[in-house]
Amino acid sequence: MRSEKSNRAPLGLKVAAAAGLAFMHVPILLIFLYAFTTEEKTYQFPPPGLTTQWFAVAWDRPDVWAALTLSVKVAAIATGAALVLGTLCAAAVSQTRFFGRETVSLLVILPIALPGIITGIALRSAFSMADIPFSFWTIVLGHATFCIVVVYNNAVARFRRISGSLIEASMDLGADGFQTFRYVILPNIGTALLAGGMLAFALSFDEVIVTTFTAGQQSTLPIWMLEELIRPRQRPVTNVVAMIVVIVTFLPILGAYYLTRDGDQIAGAGK
Amino acid sequence: MTIVAETFVLPERRSPAGRLSDFFWRHPHVLLTVLLGPPLLWLGVVYLGSLFALLLQSFFSIDEFSGLINYEFTLATYRQLLSEANLDIILRTVSMAALVTLFSAFIAFPIAYYAARYARGKWKALFYLAVMLPLWSSYLVKVYAWKLILAKEGILTWIFEKLNLLWLLDAWLALPIVGGNSLSVSYTGTFIVFVYVWMPFMILPIQAALERVPANLIEASSDLGGTPAQTFRHVLFPLALPGVVAGSIFTFSLTLGDYIIPQIIGSSRLFIGQAVYAQQGTAGNIPLAAAFTVVPIVIMGAYLWMAKRMGAFDAL
Repeated sequence: MRSEKSNRAPLGLKVAAAAGLAFMHVPILLIFLYAFTTEEKTYQFPPPGLTTQWFAVAWDRPDVWAALTLSVKVAAIATGAALVLGTLCAAAVSQTRFFGRETVSLLVILPIALPGIITGIALRSAFSMADIPFSFWTIVLGHATFCIVVVYNNAVARFRRISGSLIEASMDLGADGFQTFRYVILPNIGTALLAGGMLAFALSFDEVIVTTFTAGQQSTLPIWMLEELIRPRQRPVTNVVAMIVVIVTFLPILGAYYLTRDGDQIAGAGK
Repeated sequence: MTIVAETFVLPERRSPAGRLSDFFWRHPHVLLTVLLGPPLLWLGVVYLGSLFALLLQSFFSIDEFSGLINYEFTLATYRQLLSEANLDIILRTVSMAALVTLFSAFIAFPIAYYAARYARGKWKALFYLAVMLPLWSSYLVKVYAWKLILAKEGILTWIFEKLNLLWLLDAWLALPIVGGNSLSVSYTGTFIVFVYVWMPFMILPIQAALERVPANLIEASSDLGGTPAQTFRHVLFPLALPGVVAGSIFTFSLTLGDYIIPQIIGSSRLFIGQAVYAQQGTAGNIPLAAAFTVVPIVIMGAYLWMAKRMGAFDAL
């Protein structure tokens, strides 16, 4: 029997947890405040005044648009590749037994388990050894490599929940393998794939470390931000872009959460 | 009877897709190859291939005069790696990673414990999202936010000023190692940003471990006269340790390899990631850069081995 008293948190714990959460959220909220400041030369706090003029300035900047378009394109294609490869891998690992299954899971996780700089420099030196010039596709290749794991994790968790008898029943009723996939497996794993895809998109959209090694002269939105961070030239525009990046990454995360919240494993628990 | 036996075998499928499907059913190994082939080709050949090619280069050396890579097996690059200046970089990075991990656990534990034990229903979902959103929000934006906060004219100085505590901030900045001209060019700044960016990775593994601690164990401990501190020390913490270790894998590894945070917020003394970046970029010394990347791989290998022995992987 659990006593009533044990269900009330001690005050110290409440304060510590609240302080921890505040530490996590206040800096992001500050980004929103700074997007409206009238001060352009420094990071002065409190802002001397508030304005929305920087949104119009950022809107008219071709370099911001070019970086944003490149980022979205890369993220879309890398997500597509990761969806195909991650699902194939998850299907093989969860539906069949073979020698070396554990190794395959390890191999999938390796690109995010190792520090990003190692993945980046390895790919870069491989490109230069193979005389592959930097292009749109070298960025996509790098991104897809570490996006596979996100799709894989989501798909494997869902595959485990599909009972084998569903698939056997479909086969017994005369469906061939492709029909079983189309009408039985796909509806079951659909939301998990969508959630995995959204997380992969968010991961790719935000990636900077591997990208600096595989992009050459091209600039994705994170690279654009990195240059601003190292040599600030247009602080107000950077503030606005930072706020937009926060919003663009929040949406897929919320989407992935709502798609998988009823399951035993919620998407995004590991990055 | 004979009629039944005949209808038991379905007629062969005529369509190409049907035939292919039947073929896969009879030869499951072919299906497995088709499923695993593309991902293994990508990860096993392209990714692992590049990784091994990089590591191989650490056994080459660079010709000091021409600046070209000398493709002969040598350990000279590793001798160079173990020079005093480079050992300094390694030591600095590892101690920073250890400190960041320690403080992250310290901040993450109460959040995880509250979420695991007291949050229910709607609050639990809210807590989960409150941890997830900062975890996934843009890395660069988070660093940028701290650039705003730590700047001399930023909010932190303003708060210290309002509290009449500016002397405290100045005294801290005057300290030898942790201080500097301002927070944004000091080790203190680097440390705060590292903790901020990697701490969220610690919460969910600890929470997962704490969810599995039965509440009546805690009650039993207090029934037997344990003070809250004793209960924490002898019951709660040992049971949560695998989760802490699992979370520390992330905080430790991510701090070890980072080169952007110390470059933007920190002093001019290098961390491993920056050394790798500088060696492969401006210095053009790929062998030494490759040898430097071996350091985090070896440290993380040892760390993972230890974590596995402590049962951390069950908490992931």
